[in-house]
This record gives sequence, C-alpha cells and structure tokens, in this order.
Amino acid sequence: MDILSAIEILVKSMLFASAPLIFTALGGVFSERSGVVNIGLEGLMVIGAFAAVVFNITFASALGASTPWVALLVAMGIGGLFSLIHAVASISFRADHVVSGVAINFLALGLGVYLVKAWYGAGQTDKIPEPLYYQKIPLLYDIPVIGPILFNNYVTSYLAIIVAFIAWFVLFKTPFGLRLRSVGEHPLAADTMGINVYKMRYIAVVISGVLGGLGGGVYAQTITQDFSGSTITGQGFIALAAVIFGKWHPIGAMGAALFFGLAQSLAIIGSSFPLLADVPNWILLSAPYVLTILALAGFIGRADAPKAIGTSYIKGKR
Amino acid sequence: MFNRAQTILIPVISVALGLLIGAVVMIVSGYNPIDGYGALLKGSLGETFYIGETIRQITPYIFAGLAVAFAFRTGLFNIGVEGQLLVGWIASVWVGLAFDLPKIIHLPMAIAAGAIAGALWAFIPGILKARLRVHEVIVTIMMNYIALHLVNYLVRYVISDEQNTTDRVPESASLKSPFFEALTEFSTMHYGIFIALAGAIIYFIILEKTSTGFELRSVGFNQNASEYAGMNVNRNIVLSMVISGAFAGLGGAMEGLGTFGYGFIHGAFSGVGFDGIAVALLGGNVAIGVVLAAALFGILKQGALIMPLESGVPTELVEIVIAIIIFFVASSYIIAYLLQRFKKGAQ
Repeated sequence: MDILSAIEILVKSMLFASAPLIFTALGGVFSERSGVVNIGLEGLMVIGAFAAVVFNITFASALGASTPWVALLVAMGIGGLFSLIHAVASISFRADHVVSGVAINFLALGLGVYLVKAWYGAGQTDKIPEPLYYQKIPLLYDIPVIGPILFNNYVTSYLAIIVAFIAWFVLFKTPFGLRLRSVGEHPLAADTMGINVYKMRYIAVVISGVLGGLGGGVYAQTITQDFSGSTITGQGFIALAAVIFGKWHPIGAMGAALFFGLAQSLAIIGSSFPLLADVPNWILLSAPYVLTILALAGFIGRADAPKAIGTSYIKGKR
Repeated sequence: MFNRAQTILIPVISVALGLLIGAVVMIVSGYNPIDGYGALLKGSLGETFYIGETIRQITPYIFAGLAVAFAFRTGLFNIGVEGQLLVGWIASVWVGLAFDLPKIIHLPMAIAAGAIAGALWAFIPGILKARLRVHEVIVTIMMNYIALHLVNYLVRYVISDEQNTTDRVPESASLKSPFFEALTEFSTMHYGIFIALAGAIIYFIILEKTSTGFELRSVGFNQNASEYAGMNVNRNIVLSMVISGAFAGLGGAMEGLGTFGYGFIHGAFSGVGFDGIAVALLGGNVAIGVVLAAALFGILKQGALIMPLESGVPTELVEIVIAIIIFFVASSYIIAYLLQRFKKGAQ
C-alpha cells in the first residue's frame, strides 16, 4: 500500500469514527462547564441511537432520502428530553451527579432494548433502510491530492467540526456562555449577580442531551446501521474522556475526539500498516483511556475541572 | 439530615416506586404486570433449580456491593468495580490453570490471586487520588475499559491459544459444588455464597471493629478533621481503594472459579460492577444492607431471565426497574422532604 492511500484510509476512518464522539463530547463540555457531571453521556448516546434507528425504520418509506436527517433531529429531541431526568435528579433533587448518570446509562439501555423487543420481537432491529452516505463536496473535491481525502466523507463529520467552533463561540464569546461557565465555577457568586443557577444548569444539561442524542444518532446511522444492546459500547465514555483530555474546552474536546477516533480506527485497520502490525491491538484500544489518566495526572499538561463540578447548588446555603 | 426510620424507609420506598413504575411500563407497552412479576418470582424462587441459580447470582453482587460500599464509606466513589472484577476473574482462572496443587492450597491461592489482582487494579486510582488529587471517578471508569481490553487480549493470546475461552480450571481450583448442584436439580450454585457472606462479615469487622476502619470512616466524614487528628489521609485513601478492589476481585474469582470455571472474551461489561453501585446505595453501605440489596438484585436479575418465556415481558424490564430504584435512592433528599411534608400534613 502506498503512503497516500494509507493516509486516505486513516483520515477517512478518523473522521468517520470521531464524528459521534465530537458531538457527544461537546455535550459533555456544556454540562460539565455548568457544574453538572455527566457520566450519563453513554446513555444519552444509546437513547439517541435508539430514537434515530426506530424513526428511520418507521418513516423511511414516507420521507425517502431525507429520513436520516429528520431522524437526527428526532434523536436530538429525545436526547434532550431524556437528559431532563438527569437534570431533575442532579439539580433539583440534589442527587449525586455520578449516581444519577449511572442510572441514566442503565435506564437508556434498558428502555431501548425493552422497547425494541416489545415492538420488533427481537433484541436487534433490522438494518435501517436509509443510512447516511459519503458525500462529495462539489468544487473542493476536485482539489488534487487532498480533495478526495478530505472532501469525500459523511456530512456529519464536517457538521461535528463546525458545531465544535459554534460551541466555542457560544461558551467563550457570548454573555450566555459566560453565565453558563460562571455557575460551574462559583454558583453562589453567579447567583449574587442575578444569574439563575438552576435555569443555567438545566439548559446546559439539556444541551448535553441534545448533542449526546445527536452523537448516538450519527453513530447508529453511519457505523452500526441498526440498534441493539451492543450498538453503543463505551463510545459515551470515550466522549467523556475527550471532554477531560480536551480540558473542558470545545476545541480541545474536538481535537481529543478526533485523536481518539484515530486510535479506535487504528485498532481496527492497524494490522494493514507495517509499523503498527506488531502493536498488540489492546494497546491501541486502550490508548484513549490511558492518555486520559495521564492527562488528569498532569503528565500531559494540567487538566483542571470547573471548580464547582459535581456539587449541587442549594440556594441560601453558604 | 436523615433519621433512623428514614434510612430504612427510603430504600423500601425506592424499591416500591421502582416496581410500581416497572408495572406502569408493562401496562403501557401492552403486557400484564401481574403475569410479569409473577413470572419473575417464579423464575427466581419458584423451584429449587431457580433458587440455586438466584443464590449463584447473588454471590458476585454481594462482593460488588461491598466493594462500592467500602470506598463510599471513605468518601470515595469506586465506579471501577467492573474492571477490578474482570482482572480478578482472569487472575484467579490463570492461577487455577497454571498450577497443579492439592485443593487445600490451590483453591485459596486462586481466590487470593483474584483479590490481589483487583486490589492492584484499584491501587492505581487510589495512589493517583492520594498523591495527585486526580478524581477517582474518571480514573476508575478509564481503568474499566483498559481492563476489558487487556483481559480480552490475555484470554486470546496469553492464556489460551487464540481461543475465545480459556480451558476449564481443574477440580483442585474449582468452587463448583456437586452437593449443591444435586440439591438444586443441577443449577450452577457453588460454594462462593459462603465466601461472599464471610466477606460481608469481614467488611463489618474491618469497618466497625478495628481502628483502621475507624480511620477510614473518619476520612470519609471529614478529611481535614482526620488530618488534624493525626491520621494519614493519603494512606487511608489508598488503603480504602485497595480493600475495595480486593472485594471486587473476589467477586471476579467467584465467577471465574465458580459460576463459569473459565475465562472468556467479553464483548462488553457484565454489568455486575455497575449493579454493585446500586446494591451499595440501596444497602446504605452497611454489610447487612448490602447482603439484602444483593439478594433483591439477584432475585430481579435471575427472575428476569424467565419473564419472556412465561409472560412475554422482555428481560430488560428489570434494568428499567433497577435504574428507577437508583434514581430514587440517589434523590433521597426529595423523598425525605416529601415524608416530612406528609407528616406535617397529618398533624
């Protein structure tokens, strides 16, 4: 295999594998920046994947080629609704954020597979009739060398990168973003300044649900193309790792998700590369997690969480 | 904040609400909840065979619950029980296969290997927390996945010869019990349940009856005060994680030497470790509570397997019920609040 086609395979599979991770990780950034830990990203992806697949199967004949896109919107909506459970438990009912997130993961998987069995009579749905496809971007595709590599991918991969920049702008360049970050750093001070801490946190968690649902929907409609209990196996936790490895910054999280996507695709296709063929595949599969631990331990820059992360805000209590 | 009655009432109410909402889910999706729960009870306690299977299921739950609970008492959240359980599982099987010794030495050695592997796996997040203040939740989650991939690699390329499963452990390292199997119409019930109950007693003794346990609990209540009283907080954090990991590793050894008798490639987590979080929370992080909660979860999980056959209800209903129970236990603040309102209203 010559170098160019090797790079082409690598870049394509990186963009392919990382798009769902980017969306979900951005959701995690919003939630965690507002001070709410979101271990439930995995569950939000599960419910998004479930919603997208069921919608796709049900409405493919009515909506035709636009089905997967409408399905993504549905996945976002369902993800947002589902995340409200986490919001109510961890913000209003003062539940431990981690425990509530664990429950979200249980509930999403349980409910998803339960409903699939109840509706389709089997633990796994059929393949979706209208998946997302590679699309050539006109004009840009014609650029020699890099055109076919960079501009013949899933549109969702580009969207993910664009959304990352939007998220950065929203979080760091708008008053809304400043307020959202302030309730995650020092909710009491934010409250004193007249910011509604509960409202901001609710919004942040719902955004994480919308983006997590989108990530799950993208994953199901590009990679697995069906839904079962083993559709989402740890991608949500990789996204969580990307949030931390990216130091709770949207662009950082995007970079980390791209990198983890690369590591994941290397684990699958690495054996066809001469240098990587000798690396045991568990090392590549574990790379995102090992790197995240190293980053947290301060070996790769310092990763500091938002100050008030994981704490429930109790109004009137100092 | 909570009084004694509430510490018992809240779990009971949570379980009741979980089962109630489970019934609503069954009605909405067109099943009969009485048939569903009836099948669940029959499939867990209705026949001696099922009772044997249920007890077998309770065994790892006790260990997973003890593991999570032990860390909780020191103020740590060990969400890595899943990974510690896996490495314990494979370590015990490995020792079981690698040696040829009389049972009286071999079996304890294999079980100990499981405990040690789990303890080592938990030592990493412990030391990172103690030395570098890295949050243990994230590290233990990451360690889960590293364990999954490492164990799969070991099964495939190191312990077996590119197979999906290892060989069976020899009789000398097996927890299998022909006596219980005969008693329960050849269920997979094994001697592990006694080790699990002994584990619960040890848990109680360490935490409640030793000065080490006092220190661990003290660190859990208030790190600064413990430091001021001359306790070594960092040492206690590491110790707590290590003991917690050892419990988890023992849970893995029960699966490796008892339930299955071999190791195999896991496509995903068994879920026992995550269920351990629910067991610990529901059991209020005390030994007797953990055993009772593990029994409940064992009944739910085992009974769920027979539900589709008897009543058509998918087994995943139980996952939903468990998730809802976790929500309510975690949101105990609101239950306590409502209880108080209820009392005031009655007066």
